[in-house]
Amino acid sequence: MLEIKSLTKSYGDNLIFQDLDLQVHQGEVLSIVGPSGIGKTTLLKIMTGIEPADSGDIFIDGQLVNQEGRDLQNKIGLIFQDFNLFPNYTVMGNITLAPINVNKLSAAKSQKEARSLLTTLGMADKADLYPYQLSGGQKQRVAIARALAMKPQIIAYDEPTSGLDEVSTGQVAEVIKTLKDQGVTQVVITHDQPFAEEISDRVFDFAKEVARV
Amino acid sequence: MNYIIQILPGILSGLKYTLGVFFITLVGSIPLGILVSLGLRSPYFSIRWILNAYIWVMRGTPLLLQLIFIYYGLSMVGITFPRFEAAVIAFIINYAAYLAEIFRGGLQAIPEGQYDAAKVLGFSRRQTFFKIILPQVVKIVVPSFGNEAVNLVKDTSLIYVIGLGDILRAGNIAASRDVTLIPYLLVGILYLAMTGLVTLLLRRYETRLSVWR
Repeated sequence: MLEIKSLTKSYGDNLIFQDLDLQVHQGEVLSIVGPSGIGKTTLLKIMTGIEPADSGDIFIDGQLVNQEGRDLQNKIGLIFQDFNLFPNYTVMGNITLAPINVNKLSAAKSQKEARSLLTTLGMADKADLYPYQLSGGQKQRVAIARALAMKPQIIAYDEPTSGLDEVSTGQVAEVIKTLKDQGVTQVVITHDQPFAEEISDRVFDFAKEVARV
Repeated sequence: MNYIIQILPGILSGLKYTLGVFFITLVGSIPLGILVSLGLRSPYFSIRWILNAYIWVMRGTPLLLQLIFIYYGLSMVGITFPRFEAAVIAFIINYAAYLAEIFRGGLQAIPEGQYDAAKVLGFSRRQTFFKIILPQVVKIVVPSFGNEAVNLVKDTSLIYVIGLGDILRAGNIAASRDVTLIPYLLVGILYLAMTGLVTLLLRRYETRLSVWR
């Protein structure tokens, strides 16, 4: 469903990757592994529409995406490595802000959906807290709920286990499996090999697949 | 005591200029300051250059000189303003420059990740600024803004040089007419009351904003 064809990106003279091909299939969990600094996060930024590639194409369901425009927004949800929750909104506010303002959903409807997402993630009692009152693992689940509330076709995670202890890592794995059972397509960037093997259907080795110059 | 009651109405009549300049300056300089601070982050060098020059001139010369220049100076080249309008123009462009610097600092303190998160969720630039960025900037700048607001209360006393009858001028007239220092004390108490009130209101606002971090 998501197809990336010969993607190239560089910052100035620094070539990050060249002619990268990647497919993400409907309903699968794909892990992208590789050492840090190799361009995994850059790839996520391009996939989620934060910045365009220098060349190469992205197709969603066979449709060519305009990387400069807003085609990718809402199609792919992203869980940032440091979550990037909005500190001035409660957990509920973080989850409902985009559905209300971007999708023009009613406040009541989006809150109802947010509550059911929070319940799924075991965070039902945290709706009225602000991000600073949450632990790292809880913040991450809010970030997941915030992304899911926009009903994206794919959820992407940037290093979801960095900075988490073993218990929290186990919980992230549980969340990813739960969502997979619900049919959510997921892309996970990680350098945690055992974690990648535990959760994913397929592992994409960034270092091997990318032709670096 | 009788004397105080006798001169009080005269001094209080000056309040309309003092408070008038204070409030109109706040209402005018806050949006102008925000616009200038956004302009300082413009990708166009020429816009940044012009705005930096503006801030340099406004902060690098005395407000008293700017006031005299706009009222007396400009009238010599055929541009005349009524006294009150001249005062308000001088104050707004002066305070906007100071506020722009404060807002710029606030804007710089917002992590890039907040913009990225907003973009992935599909917020427009306008929504991102007003719903996500601005509230965080406001929280950061309230203490420094309070400083400027207190300064503004006191700076309004400068308008006497262009012949506006504010409380300082009213007190001065009474003091020299009756050869007593009581009017000066009275004027001092009025300024203390005003700056005290401004400080109190902003402290309350700060407390209200402290529910999130």
